[in-house]
Amino acid sequence: MNRFYFLLVGVVLLAVPWFAVADDLAEIRHQIETLQKDYEQRIRALEERLEKAEAAAADAHQQAEAAEAAASEIAMAAATSSVQEKENTFNPAVTVVLQGSLNSYSRDPDDYALPGFQLGGEAGLAAEGLTLDETELMFSASVDQLFFGQTTIALHDDGDETEIEVEEAYIDALAMPAGTGLRFGRFYSDVGYLNRVHTHAWDFRDAPLVYRAMLGKQYADDGIQFSWLAPTDLYIRMGGETLRGDHFPAGEATDTLGNSQSLFIKLGGDVGSSHSWQAGLSQLWVDAVDRNSDGHAHGGSESTQDSFSGDSNLMIADFVWKWAPQGNPSYRNLTFQTELFYRDEDGRDDFTEDGDTAVLDYDGTQKGLYAQLVYQFMPQWRIGARYDWLSADNDLRVIDAGGLDPDEVLEESALNADGHDPYRWSLMADWSPSEFSRLRLQYNYDKSGTSVDNQWTLQYIMSLGSHGAHEF
Amino acid sequence: MNGYRKWCLVVSLLMCASQGAYAVVNVFTCEPEWAALAKEVGGDLVKTASATTGLQDVHHIEARPSLIARVRQADLLLCTGAGLEEGWLPVLQRRANNPRIQAGADGYMEAADYLRLLDRPTRIDRSEGDVHARGNPHIQLDPTNIPVIAQALAKRLQVLDSGHAARYQENLSDFLSRWQTALGRWERQARPLQGLPVVVHHNAWVYLINWLELDLVGTLEPKPGLPPTSTHLSQLLEQMERQPAKVIIRSPYQGARASEWLSERTGIPAIMLPTTVGGNEAATDLFGLFDDLVLQLLSVTQ
Repeated sequence: MNRFYFLLVGVVLLAVPWFAVADDLAEIRHQIETLQKDYEQRIRALEERLEKAEAAAADAHQQAEAAEAAASEIAMAAATSSVQEKENTFNPAVTVVLQGSLNSYSRDPDDYALPGFQLGGEAGLAAEGLTLDETELMFSASVDQLFFGQTTIALHDDGDETEIEVEEAYIDALAMPAGTGLRFGRFYSDVGYLNRVHTHAWDFRDAPLVYRAMLGKQYADDGIQFSWLAPTDLYIRMGGETLRGDHFPAGEATDTLGNSQSLFIKLGGDVGSSHSWQAGLSQLWVDAVDRNSDGHAHGGSESTQDSFSGDSNLMIADFVWKWAPQGNPSYRNLTFQTELFYRDEDGRDDFTEDGDTAVLDYDGTQKGLYAQLVYQFMPQWRIGARYDWLSADNDLRVIDAGGLDPDEVLEESALNADGHDPYRWSLMADWSPSEFSRLRLQYNYDKSGTSVDNQWTLQYIMSLGSHGAHEF
Repeated sequence: MNGYRKWCLVVSLLMCASQGAYAVVNVFTCEPEWAALAKEVGGDLVKTASATTGLQDVHHIEARPSLIARVRQADLLLCTGAGLEEGWLPVLQRRANNPRIQAGADGYMEAADYLRLLDRPTRIDRSEGDVHARGNPHIQLDPTNIPVIAQALAKRLQVLDSGHAARYQENLSDFLSRWQTALGRWERQARPLQGLPVVVHHNAWVYLINWLELDLVGTLEPKPGLPPTSTHLSQLLEQMERQPAKVIIRSPYQGARASEWLSERTGIPAIMLPTTVGGNEAATDLFGLFDDLVLQLLSVTQ
């Protein structure tokens, strides 16, 4: 199994320089051929010109004049646009995204939980009151003729300390043949639609519940992605990833070639000049080892913890429809976006309370969805609504109580859905004076737990520097 | 896990099945004026398509999947450049898995590289609105720029499709002589327009103003790319009392409200001019575009 993957990855990696060399050889051959043809054609062209000149001398004269004028203009343009050499000429594009918010909750955010789901990653709520959310530093540039690199470094507070997190740091191979693409390093997996979108480009302030519950807000990991884009007018992109598997929904990495694999396909196109769409289907296979609900999530009460080991397979279907009159989104536009999650988990759950650990057999299926509509009704102003829903059907059985009361273990495990299906309604309005700034007000009617949480947020997102273009 | 392996196999098989050769040079352009020019220079040796239409605001385009699919198949990607498409073109280039059209490759060309741009900002700061560091990118509105780009494009097509170099040269010569004739006609017709005071919505008209020697009184946008505000419009109204204009010009993709508001209060006509091919029914190609621009402006002076 391992050897097979080693071989596959090795071949892919070795192929990159090979294509470059092959390209070089082909290039030289091509240049010689071009030179040869070029001379033949020049002679032919000269002959033709001579004939024409004889036939219509006046006409040729006029054309020559025009061409000369144009040529001198080109030379002039070349002279004025010459780049001034500086030491920082090759600096990468730099973007800084500043985000902060004012949050109010009617329930204690530290008690946040989604019954039936073990929360991990950054699934928790933002701190109450005035808070700096996440400061992102992004750098990107071509490395050389073969590679492009990008990294996003996020700074956020965790208690009294500022945490530095490498959100992504990846390399794209630029010279891949036949519509293929290769990415390696740490990156957001291409499963689902919203997963690879940076939080500052989201239409709502927080992640949909399905992302919170099943991907720890967003799934980024270390690995390799291979993709292919079909040479058709219908957008067809498919690919696969093999990832290290030590970020939620995986636990610890134990397999040399990663505990987490994915496959995805995305289709897209236009309908007339005002409508466009994209649909995707993806699957993520995770071999989770000791996946803990960690500190960020505050899942359940503080003295208990669930740790899962086993198979976790997630399937996502996503669909996005965008409308902009005549293809001009800057005045009015409408976006409908929805994703359906289905997950199957099977393995063992170690439930720990005050140092005692019980072992449970766990077999569960969970599903959920969100659907949202965002409408820009005039330049700079948008409103939106979103609905979230989750449901877990978990089968838990205590194998070894480990000194704990078996009934209590079942009761307190995060995987116990308690017959409750979490749901949430969200409303938002935002104002973007330019593409670089946004102020947003959002209200959530959150019934993640058994009682309602009224959540209010006032948020700002500001981008400084060379802010990159946004994807569909 | 077995499912994963099986899928990998299916994907690799599909990839092998997709290889093929192009019979013609596939030219994909960011704007319709360059598609029209490629049609003139390339004739039936090229297949052209434009990412945007004459009714779209090129500054604000979504990097739609359909555009990525088109760029994936392009042999030559021809754009204005100078930052005009910076909100979406980089995404198309990076997502298209097509090394032929990356910056620096023979298959990528920016028209603005061959011209000296007007309106180079002296202060580059986002507080100045949507400024382009290299200068105003709306170069297609000066017809004397077109032959320069046509020559550069013909050269590029000759590199990409060297087998047909002579035919590109023929097409180019033919186009240049037709253009020269038309240019003489437009300049003769437009003589009465010299010094015509105009107000424009966005500063997209600098090249036209420069070519026809019009007089720019003001813009409806307070700063480039920012929507007109009532404060700015009333200031402009005041300014126009001292410095009257003859016409208010906007592009097809800009809202009519601001220019009609000003038109009602000043009694000056507000007109919609095409900024490119396809901007209205008359602008079916590059010749039609300038025919219509001159004609519409002349109708204001009469």
